[in-house]
Amino acid sequence: MKPETLLYPTPKGLYCEKGGFYIDPVQPVERALITHGHADHARAGHSHVMATRETLDIMRIRYGDAFCTSTQEAILGARTPIGDITASFHPAGHVLGSAQIAVEANGTRIVVSGDYKRRRDPTCLAFEPVPCDVFITEATFGLPVFHHPDDRGEIAKLLTSLKQFPERAHLVGAYSLGKAQRIIALMREAGYDAPIFIHGALARLCDYYESEGIGLGDLRPATIDASDKQSFAGAVVVGPPSAFADKWARRFPDPVPIFASGWMLVRQRAKQRGVELPMIISDHSDWPELIATIGEIKPGEVWVTHGREEALVRWCQLQGIAARPLHLVGYDDEGE
Amino acid sequence: MRAFAELLDRLVLTPQRNAKIKLMTDYFRAAPDPDRGYALAAIAGTLTLKTVKPNVLRQLVLERMDEVLFRYSYDYVGDLAETISLVWEPPAESKTTTGDLSLGTVVHQLETAGRTNVHGLVRDLLDQLEGSSRFAFLKLITGGLRIGVSARLVKQALANLGNVDITEIETLWHGLSMPYVPLFQWLDGKADKPELDMPAIFHAVMLATPVGDNDLASLDPKDFAAEWKWDGIRVQLANLAGTRRLYSRSGDDISGAFPDILEAADFEGIIDGELLVGGTMRTNRATRAFSDLQQRLNRKTVTRKMLEEYPAFIRGYDLLFSGGRDMRPENFLTRRAALSALIEKAAPSHFDLSPLVPFSSWEELDRLRKDPPDPVIEGIMLKRLDSPYTSGRSKGPWFKWKREPYNVDAVLMYAQRGHGKRSSYYSDFTFGVWTKDDGKDVLVPVGKAYFGFTDAELEVLDRYVRNNTVERFGPVRSIRAEAGHGFVVEVAFEGINVSSRHKSGVAMRFPRISRLRTDKLPQDADRLETLLAMIGQPETNLAQPGEPI
Ligand SMILES: [Zn+2]
Ligand SMILES: [Zn+2]
Repeated sequence: MKPETLLYPTPKGLYCEKGGFYIDPVQPVERALITHGHADHARAGHSHVMATRETLDIMRIRYGDAFCTSTQEAILGARTPIGDITASFHPAGHVLGSAQIAVEANGTRIVVSGDYKRRRDPTCLAFEPVPCDVFITEATFGLPVFHHPDDRGEIAKLLTSLKQFPERAHLVGAYSLGKAQRIIALMREAGYDAPIFIHGALARLCDYYESEGIGLGDLRPATIDASDKQSFAGAVVVGPPSAFADKWARRFPDPVPIFASGWMLVRQRAKQRGVELPMIISDHSDWPELIATIGEIKPGEVWVTHGREEALVRWCQLQGIAARPLHLVGYDDEGE
Repeated sequence: MRAFAELLDRLVLTPQRNAKIKLMTDYFRAAPDPDRGYALAAIAGTLTLKTVKPNVLRQLVLERMDEVLFRYSYDYVGDLAETISLVWEPPAESKTTTGDLSLGTVVHQLETAGRTNVHGLVRDLLDQLEGSSRFAFLKLITGGLRIGVSARLVKQALANLGNVDITEIETLWHGLSMPYVPLFQWLDGKADKPELDMPAIFHAVMLATPVGDNDLASLDPKDFAAEWKWDGIRVQLANLAGTRRLYSRSGDDISGAFPDILEAADFEGIIDGELLVGGTMRTNRATRAFSDLQQRLNRKTVTRKMLEEYPAFIRGYDLLFSGGRDMRPENFLTRRAALSALIEKAAPSHFDLSPLVPFSSWEELDRLRKDPPDPVIEGIMLKRLDSPYTSGRSKGPWFKWKREPYNVDAVLMYAQRGHGKRSSYYSDFTFGVWTKDDGKDVLVPVGKAYFGFTDAELEVLDRYVRNNTVERFGPVRSIRAEAGHGFVVEVAFEGINVSSRHKSGVAMRFPRISRLRTDKLPQDADRLETLLAMIGQPETNLAQPGEPI
């Protein structure tokens, strides 16, 4: 069958008519298949939600037990019939529980990548390429400028700064799902074993990662009364980026503002946000990963969604690969 | 190259002075010679490399890359060198290169390459360097390096490295050149202090301390001479053994911008004085305001028209060397007598002597200070008659006693989050005064201040900003400012500069927020005309907005 009839964009999100479900819908729907737990992909208020066990757990943590009426756990690699189609979930390497969703009917297979990355991440399963007719790829960092460096080098920058400025608190802005835990895990791998202080918004998700066997070491709440200000000197404090512009940040001595994000590659972006130490660490594919993935999967066609669609479409055209933008709305650029 | 590139990246984003110094000192300690010497030159602005035209770089990148993809990338990043550094991909076979190329190697290869080989060399180097290093390299060869570090700050970092006084670095600075190996050897404690054979070197200047609350009570007016403190820039003019140099007070060589002064210096020696624009007292013409001097500053060369319209001269304060004779151990009166004799014979259009201000009591001097006879005076200098000329700022021999600051009521227009301790506060404020534009009253910015207020007042300001934001641009918020709704502050300032960056055409010098005027509405704030009249500046003298200065 024609792929355009198997899956097509609607204002509520990508819709599969034959299966009667949406993938990562941005408005409440009857039946939703969710790629991963980030708020712009996983929203509360659907009736029936199918996702990996981890994604369901994360949604429960974020939205409470009543985030939907009924759930269905997706086992990675298992094929589940839904209406007239078959769906399967495959690791996406983005955050804990993240999955690509393959939708298949009458010999046509479309893979929806969700958000994905190709490099090693100690906090989640690695991306698995799935052969398909249409690959729907994200393009958050879909411009040839994005070459994200090795994350070990970025962690080393932070460790160097801690030695250079032992009197200052190092405030690391990192998204509370995925990025924060990955930064902490990478710091532990690099041999940093001092306590790491976390903002309250991270506590439950960090506990959850621990319970899933992802060791994060000694984590402590970054809540100490004002008289104890000096105790954060030389400490690493991880919190959601929004918190650092907040009154919350006033408790720390002479903080070094740090932001861990793929956007930090562009100097003006770092400068605008008042970031002193940019850490270029992304949970999305950079440009070489995006094009290598397309080259590896060799889909008949590429559809490009959320991000900088035009450059990736152009690249596909230059390679002789059919490609078009999907113009889905409602998904954030990470960090914006 | 990687360590240098990382240093640059951090310096650009680090606002605090001490943190910048620390970053540089640590780099100089860890980096080998001659790399650190080239880095020093790059930061201090003394590195001269062959420059490569933007078009050449564009060609190089388009050899490898689709033009449309390049255009998308450039549109997104907005800076050519940065775009190329980010999109550049070495060919697959050269990815296994020999590790980090040193800054010294890069500079050496550029220096020895023939004109015709530059194209290929730049391509090779781009292939061998990675990420940040590529960016630093491109900025070096396009001459576009902007780091936000003053020459004085680098010198302070060097002083910290060797645990020596900054005046020692300033004195040596112009006698040394890239890659500064003897300097670093000395700072590392591995060699003696370099001996300079160049004449006309810079000698660290003598500085004054401000008059404190009870300082004068215990001092006898008879022990001091008073001079006006002129509102120009403090300079040192050296002419020895055929070498002439004009230095700023921190030892920057500004000779290039003042050929008129160098040419007129027909005496042998080193004098200390104020650089001003206008006529000398000996030609009976008026000294002009700082904003006129500003037209001549920060230029590498100067046009004939500039020389005619903004003639510069030096008002002599002191004499360090008379011919080859070191006058610094002599007392003030002896040095002044010698200076007076020297200036008597020098060109009247370019040199005069700073006059003494006769007084018999501190009260009398205080009255003179508050009402000086010339608008280009910014206060009084007090100099102990028996004091030798000593470098640096020690309390006792010289005092400065500033005129009262100007005050206006202005309206807050924009606020930006601070840095470090203040990163969660809106603590940097741009404020404006009223002027007529197309027949309507509008606010135009005249200055920016981030101090003067107490911590408690900062809480009030921060709250006001958060509750009255009209628009956000990155870390900046524009604040509601209408005739009947807004926040008025009293601003104290020392004078004004011409500014092409402000729509008003002016920018305050050393502004600080001295009082919150919660009792006033924006409609009660001052007007631009008032501000200009205050400092005796005719409006017509100001550069038009947007005009380069
Ligand atoms: Zn995501
Ligand atoms: Zn996303």
